[in-house]
Amino acid sequence: MTDEKELEKKFQERIDKGEVIEPKDWMPERYRKQLIRMMSQHAHSEIVGMLPEGNWITRAPSLRRKAILLAKVQDEAGHGLYIYSGTETLGVSREEIVGEFLTGKAKYSSIFNYPTLTWADMGAIGWLVDGAAIVNQTALAKCSYGPYARAMVRICKEENFHHKQGYEILAHLMKGTPEQKQMAQDSINRFWWPSLMMFGPHDADSPHSADLMRWKVKLHSNDTLRQRFIDRTVSQAENIGIKLPDPELKWNEAKQHYDFGEINWEEFNNVIRGNGPCNKDRMKTRRQAHENGAWVRDAAEAYARKQEKKSIAA
Amino acid sequence: MSDTQWPLWEVFTQKRQGAPHEHAGSVHAPDKEMALQNARDVYSRRNEAISLWVVPSEAIVASTPEEVGSFFDPANDKAYRHPNFYKTPGVTLD
Repeated sequence: MTDEKELEKKFQERIDKGEVIEPKDWMPERYRKQLIRMMSQHAHSEIVGMLPEGNWITRAPSLRRKAILLAKVQDEAGHGLYIYSGTETLGVSREEIVGEFLTGKAKYSSIFNYPTLTWADMGAIGWLVDGAAIVNQTALAKCSYGPYARAMVRICKEENFHHKQGYEILAHLMKGTPEQKQMAQDSINRFWWPSLMMFGPHDADSPHSADLMRWKVKLHSNDTLRQRFIDRTVSQAENIGIKLPDPELKWNEAKQHYDFGEINWEEFNNVIRGNGPCNKDRMKTRRQAHENGAWVRDAAEAYARKQEKKSIAA
Repeated sequence: MSDTQWPLWEVFTQKRQGAPHEHAGSVHAPDKEMALQNARDVYSRRNEAISLWVVPSEAIVASTPEEVGSFFDPANDKAYRHPNFYKTPGVTLD
């Protein structure tokens, strides 16, 4: 017990000095558990994130947009895999992590439980959803756990492409016909608030925040990051003439930040509890994809075994 | 349905000619050929690598953090292995 306390004290000293924790280093069990929870949720979000956009690949309005969307969805798969492999360094198997996802035990970001109804939603996801993700992930790139931080550095580089292509889609629509402008505006009306929810509950209502901040897994609070996202997004909206659907959104000269309206937390909690517009559909599609891929996994394994026999025989 | 986990491979990428191979992350794959292909798709979608190594994770032997002190201390008291240990009166050799 005292040993444990001593180790924990040394661990905290390392964190306070800004040292990076690596997989084989001693760490408190709660640090390991919280990271496994956070990183696997993050990885699942990347994987589920492929679904709302995958939905539009066959209907992209041009070959250019189609190639871009394909590349972006492939990136999301890659991001999921970077983070899964980072999570495994904490001593949990891929099987276990994915298993918890497929049985519905593990959570993923609630944003992906909203439907993508029009092409403009590809713009909104890139600009707002990936824009919010960049703010989150840029902070995580400096977190105390080495494998997570390194995965974030890689991901942030790729998210910039996602962010810009989304903005370009909307900028293009906003120069189009009245119908196209309306489509873009409608998409932002639907995605603005859910994007703000991506940063999680208010600091006071965030159950794990205090521990995570003490361990420098989180370097900024949910509310700080949300504010940062809003502050940088408003002028981008003005630039293409799109309106952010919040009548209370207003520059506060004294605070040097934008004031904004209250988030509908009832909706947030409802979606987290599984009652969002697409929760059931997303899980069903994900499980189906896993089952439909079974024969590929079987074939790859059979082939590997055959090659191994051959090489032993030779 | 096969749901067992494939072996883990560590991925090393060389960014440009003359640069060393550096650890990039890991992938699961049933054999070395697929490990290499998966590594390419996961860690070099934008020409981040001009060369890739994949190594079975279980083949890697690593020093342990607990032993770091005693393991590396043979190097601690040998300042004479560094050029700045030496005095060269009147001239700078480097």
